[in-house]
Amino acid sequence: MPDPSPQDAGPPPLTLAGARTGMRLTLPLVPGVIVFGTAFGAAAAQKGFDVWLTLSLSAFVFAGASQMVALELWREVWTWPTLAYLVAVTATINGRMVLMGAAIAPHVKAMPRGIRLLNFFVLVDANWLVATRYHGEGGRDLGVILGAGAMLWVLWVLATVPGFLAGALVTRPDAFGLDLVMPIFFAVMLVPLWKGLSPAIPWIVAGAVALATSALVDGYAFIIVGALAGALAGALRDG
Amino acid sequence: MAEGALASAFLAHPAADYLAVALMAGATYLCRASGILFMSRMRITPRIDRALRALPGSIVVATILPIAAQSGAPAVLGLAAAIATMALVRFELAGVAAGLAAVSLARLAGL
Repeated sequence: MPDPSPQDAGPPPLTLAGARTGMRLTLPLVPGVIVFGTAFGAAAAQKGFDVWLTLSLSAFVFAGASQMVALELWREVWTWPTLAYLVAVTATINGRMVLMGAAIAPHVKAMPRGIRLLNFFVLVDANWLVATRYHGEGGRDLGVILGAGAMLWVLWVLATVPGFLAGALVTRPDAFGLDLVMPIFFAVMLVPLWKGLSPAIPWIVAGAVALATSALVDGYAFIIVGALAGALAGALRDG
Repeated sequence: MAEGALASAFLAHPAADYLAVALMAGATYLCRASGILFMSRMRITPRIDRALRALPGSIVVATILPIAAQSGAPAVLGLAAAIATMALVRFELAGVAAGLAAVSLARLAGL
């Protein structure tokens, strides 16, 4: 614990060194991001997307799971109801980002306004996990989440292109377990979050509620419902 | 119904694909921004602090358990191998590699 009382130590720094730290901490994820980005490019090419449409999805939406699902929902001719359905599904899959943002908010609320708007844009699972761990261990540099996010964005957009061109090369990513790379990384990052059995009781609640929800409700609502149940369990504990 | 006809004509145009991209991007940006904005304006009481502390692990567990359950034995083995390796060596890349290797082997074995 290098800094046990961050609120007494002045505004948190925002440095290039912090950005480099964020990038370094995210390196283990780089192969997974490149492969997933490539797989998205390949899938989009197989669906008949042109390269600009594919790139704009990666560049502006920048959320892999919702991009993959969107490929399944894409229409030759759009109507308002099909557009509304696309937006609703996107918001369900990415709804976890609301909770991720809430969890990281106490650490990043000191960000200058303009940079904050940028930080919203690059908040993804990987840099959220990296920053959660970094701030949980007492780190304060706001460059960590931004640097990691910027690197992930560049890699994600770049990886889309060779995937799009190669098309059929990554036809069976599942043979290498690549469809599960994100949950596997999540599981790995659970280890440093572990602070003993007692703080993990809400996680058990979250897991049980998520399992029940996924059995009862189609789609990705289980993440939000389970995580909220875990947070509630945390709030209701004494201490 | 001139406006309705105009809207329908636009939706039939290929450029409507970019409207779909813009709507997806907007919805995703709102998801990203709203949690941070909301919690930055809230006063963090001890109870909210405990909830926020429980949140990261809860998000992780709520994400991976149902995926493991839906994807079957290879996913369960992969997650277990990843966690065990990470707990032993404390090196993320080794944990991810072990997880992917376990999934690949389990699928190769036909599990």
